[in-house]
Amino acid sequence: MAHHTNYNLDQKFDFTAAAKKAIFIVGGIGALLLFIGILLPVLGVGADHAVHHGETGTHDAFHWTQRLFANLWINNVYFIGIGIIGVFFFAIQYAAQAGWSAGLLRVMISFGYWLPVGAIIMIVSFFIVNHDIFHWTHSYIFDANSPEFDRIINNKGNYFYWPMEKGSFPIFYIVRMFAFLGLWIFFFFKLKNLSFQEDLNGGVGYWYTIRKWAAIFLVVFAVTSSISAWDWVMSIDTHWFSTLFGWYVFSSWFVAGLSAMTLVAIFLRERGYLLMVNENHIHDMGKFIFAFSIFWTYLWFSQFLLIYYANIPEESIYFVERLRSDIYSPILFLNIGLNFVLPFFVLMTRDAKRHTIFLKVVCSFIIFGHWVDFFLMVQPGTIGQNGGIGFMEIGMFLVFASAVAFVVLTGLSKNLLVAKNNPMLEESYHHHI
Amino acid sequence: MERDKNFVLGIYDDEDVLLSAVTKVRESGVKIHEVYSPYPVHGLEHNLGYRRSRLPIAAFLFGLLGTTLALTMQFYMMKYDWPLNIGGKDHAPIPNFIPVTFELTVLLAAFGMVAVFLISSNLKPWAQPRLFDLRSTDDKHVMAIDLVYNSAIERDRIVEVLKSSGASEINNKTFE
Repeated sequence: MAHHTNYNLDQKFDFTAAAKKAIFIVGGIGALLLFIGILLPVLGVGADHAVHHGETGTHDAFHWTQRLFANLWINNVYFIGIGIIGVFFFAIQYAAQAGWSAGLLRVMISFGYWLPVGAIIMIVSFFIVNHDIFHWTHSYIFDANSPEFDRIINNKGNYFYWPMEKGSFPIFYIVRMFAFLGLWIFFFFKLKNLSFQEDLNGGVGYWYTIRKWAAIFLVVFAVTSSISAWDWVMSIDTHWFSTLFGWYVFSSWFVAGLSAMTLVAIFLRERGYLLMVNENHIHDMGKFIFAFSIFWTYLWFSQFLLIYYANIPEESIYFVERLRSDIYSPILFLNIGLNFVLPFFVLMTRDAKRHTIFLKVVCSFIIFGHWVDFFLMVQPGTIGQNGGIGFMEIGMFLVFASAVAFVVLTGLSKNLLVAKNNPMLEESYHHHI
Repeated sequence: MERDKNFVLGIYDDEDVLLSAVTKVRESGVKIHEVYSPYPVHGLEHNLGYRRSRLPIAAFLFGLLGTTLALTMQFYMMKYDWPLNIGGKDHAPIPNFIPVTFELTVLLAAFGMVAVFLISSNLKPWAQPRLFDLRSTDDKHVMAIDLVYNSAIERDRIVEVLKSSGASEINNKTFE
């Protein structure tokens, strides 16, 4: 097909004051909601049942900071995942030698800009939240003479504390956290810088170099994504384990990340940027979202069905906490509705994936939906019946989301919007499905 | 002359020439019966102005049939025909039904889609394919134009249009 438009490949994204203002307003509303969410329990509103029905015994009475910390951790894990998924999807394009996506590469990699910021917040928050989120950080669990001694957690203790004494300082866990975040940030900078050098110097050599680094990163990410999911999320329910948990968390991150990338691409297109990205490229992103929403459902359901069917008490407690609860049970069904039923039926037809209005609605719901998924992974195991989706949850989510949007868009505005010397660009222009 | 029997054929050597030829021929008012090519030519169905296939609708309906069939079957068996106590669960444990429901949905959607495709393309095992030119299975693209369907246009005019669009030869083909 001979039609060929000359695209402006030297275009840069202008992060206007108006766009920044809009993001700050959303963040401000979030901060306000968060403040209300903190103020209500401090003033004692709605705190009547918390003390009476809260966990008794060794745990102190429920304190509102626990809920704040749980929220901090949910958003930390969720948004760092969206950040790394941007780098992951970028690497996939090179490893798969994909040509269609060449115009979207900068959108993908720009999500990595959240990684350094998110990593600092995450490491700092771990030291703040540790006892309130991670049951295994209590040293008395590992003391054989203590009435609180827990044989099962004691057997798993080395996974957190090696080579130090169990119950002291979780050095192995913290080294892993630093190593994983460090590796992800390293690969982000490596891939990003190579891609920017390609803009300046050109030549196919960069493509091969990026592909090599992308392949190494994918191997690293295959291992680290799984282990980080066990560390950061699954260890909250310390007794319980699920063998597919790593993929489950990864798929949740992946769908949310894909939706965020699609939203940014649509946002840029509507403002006159990235004109080479047309409905065919958006269609392919929609296919990815559709397919991986089903993949997420498959993993979620595989985990659920085996536990439900086998009905072994130490496994089914995980779903008992979530389904036999007036707070979490409706949210669990909301989770499936937002992340499976909605994308499955709305994105099924070809037209829905080619018209941005459907994608904008579905992607926004999915980004919230997978936050709900992480909410359900963290809150029932940490604050139990004192949790729920309230001012604090929505507020913290909006604060984090607007911070991520600000950091990512600032990163995006630093360099060219299109990898202009990418050898796959010509193929991307002619992508037609 | 009978319709669907008498054709004039334009033979093309190159797919790019073919693609632009299809557009030119259609613009001149000549209606194309069909184009035969040895391999899929990207964009050909678009230039021929074909509507999008309605096969996905058939797939969806067959899938729906599979879902209904699977759920009905399992509810009937497990709840009414032969209720069994399995692990103390309800007689109609819906989560347990999902794998079978999924499988039957996929199976019927796939089988239904293949069946609809075979029937609508007239690909029954005993069907005799009409070959306009044997070389369309090797290295030539063949554009078939029904003379009766285009009876408003003179044959010489059709030949002229084909020639100017880049056809390397022009042949006649008549079926019994």
